[in-house]
Amino acid sequence: MLSIQNLHVSVDETKPILRGLSLHVPAGEVHAIMGPNGAGKSTLGYTLAGRAGYDVTSGSVTLDGEDLMALPPDQRAAKGVFLSFQYPMEIPGVPALTFVRTALNAQRKARGEPEMGAPEFLKRVRAEAASLKMDFDMLRRGLNVGFSGGEKKRMEILQMALLQPRLLILDETDSGLDIDALRIVAEGVNAMRSPERSMLVITHYQRLLDYIEPDRVHVLAAGRIVASGGPELALTLEREGYDRIVAEAA
Amino acid sequence: MSAPFRIDLRDVSTFPTRRDEAWRRSDLRRALPNPVEPAPDLARPSEGGPFAAVRAEETTFANGRLPDGGVFARLRLTDAPHRLRFVTSAEQGGWQAGVDVVVPAGVAATLLETYEGQGGYVGSVLLSFSLEAGASLERIVLMDEPSEAVSISASTVALGASARFAQTVVATGARLQRHETHLMHPGEAVTVRMDGLYLLSEARHADLTTVVVHEGGGGTSQVCKGVVTDRARAVFQGQIVVKPGADGTDARMRHDALLLSDTAEVDAKPELEIYADDVSCAHGNTVGALDDEALFYIASRGVPEAQARALLMQGFIGEVAERIAHEGAREVLAAFAAKRLEALT
Repeated sequence: MLSIQNLHVSVDETKPILRGLSLHVPAGEVHAIMGPNGAGKSTLGYTLAGRAGYDVTSGSVTLDGEDLMALPPDQRAAKGVFLSFQYPMEIPGVPALTFVRTALNAQRKARGEPEMGAPEFLKRVRAEAASLKMDFDMLRRGLNVGFSGGEKKRMEILQMALLQPRLLILDETDSGLDIDALRIVAEGVNAMRSPERSMLVITHYQRLLDYIEPDRVHVLAAGRIVASGGPELALTLEREGYDRIVAEAA
Repeated sequence: MSAPFRIDLRDVSTFPTRRDEAWRRSDLRRALPNPVEPAPDLARPSEGGPFAAVRAEETTFANGRLPDGGVFARLRLTDAPHRLRFVTSAEQGGWQAGVDVVVPAGVAATLLETYEGQGGYVGSVLLSFSLEAGASLERIVLMDEPSEAVSISASTVALGASARFAQTVVATGARLQRHETHLMHPGEAVTVRMDGLYLLSEARHADLTTVVVHEGGGGTSQVCKGVVTDRARAVFQGQIVVKPGADGTDARMRHDALLLSDTAEVDAKPELEIYADDVSCAHGNTVGALDDEALFYIASRGVPEAQARALLMQGFIGEVAERIAHEGAREVLAAFAAKRLEALT
């Protein structure tokens, strides 16, 4: 599924952030990326999604054998990549409904599929919004404008539920969430688990992994994966902090 | 009180220049170095214009002339919408016209005012609005003129107690295009909306100038948006003065502009002058490019870049049309703006 080989990435043409990162996420698995601040966690997410200014200086990233790095962000999305942002953007004047429908139909068009009509779309949105306990009327307002932190994260989950990506990248999805919101968001993510879908859960804290249980845990430090293990690795990190494991790897 | 310049097209000494502060960014004398000869008569244009879809009464100036040859109209509006059109077709020459608009007590009127034409003409209109107690007026202005024209529209607005005045000006610029409004706000539960939108390309110039003077409390809300590309130039001058004793004033002004090219220019001059104590005033002003982070966010969901830009820009200007109460006029303006925006990008 997702295969990252010896990835080197510089940000804004100078600063090397990822330095030889390799990672394989088979279909159907959830992998957590943990690491201290500044390790390159968000850089990994942005690089996979194709943000400008994140330059791959060497290495490769493929999704089902297909080179992702050669594609602009919208085509990666059409191939099934979805990055859930740590801080989702506010888009004034573009109703959330319009935004999601535009995205969905742009992806379908890119894949040569017919557009989804308004009645079916609305039916699906209503169902997903209800399961995320979102007020449907909120979706008529500008995307994320005036939304609380928890509402923005739910909006991200709503989008992924409608777009049905194959590779889900969650960047610090727990930040700014209280326990109730975290539970709802995690349930939304867990509902997306499927044998065809891979997930990369990027997080600083172990807390999120109590709710979204990973198959594998990787420690990212100084731009590389320095340790990998089962879910118990996250608990070790929570107990002992990053210092020892990062020092050992150095 | 603030008032527009009295311009006489036959006398260049009456043309404001850069030395006149209110015209510093739109030098009329430079645009018109010589007196302007009268434009020839024009056959009556057919009814309708940009707001043809809205059922309305109509008053049309053709090259500055009413059907009876007059240059001055008095309108007493009713609850039915009214189209006020200034249609010009002249390669050169110009015209001056005047309009007095009265909205009687208790009437809720809609005025659909359009500036349309062809050629390198000069048009100058002086309008005077008077709203009686409890009257309400929604004034929608669409200035869609040729790039060679010079067009000036200046208004004064006087409001009775509890009157409601709402204005939306949409301008696409010309060689020099200026829309100017001077409003005396008496307080006494009066509310004022003073919105604008400019969409400029090529070497077009549009100037939206408003002066609102609060003699008493009450509300004023202003949202002006603009998108400028090529070598176009926009001027936004929004002034709100809160006089001593105008306590309880609630005034909000926003001006946001998008610059799509390095050679485009926006001169923004938002001014709040507050001489009263118990007021709530806010203003914000931004001029910038499209937000790269927002563009990436939209693209990361599968929307191609050109479409993402269009979506972001539609959202950016959308608020102006949304604030229009008259549904038919709102639809016409939203469609007009969307089409114009497409041509800009």
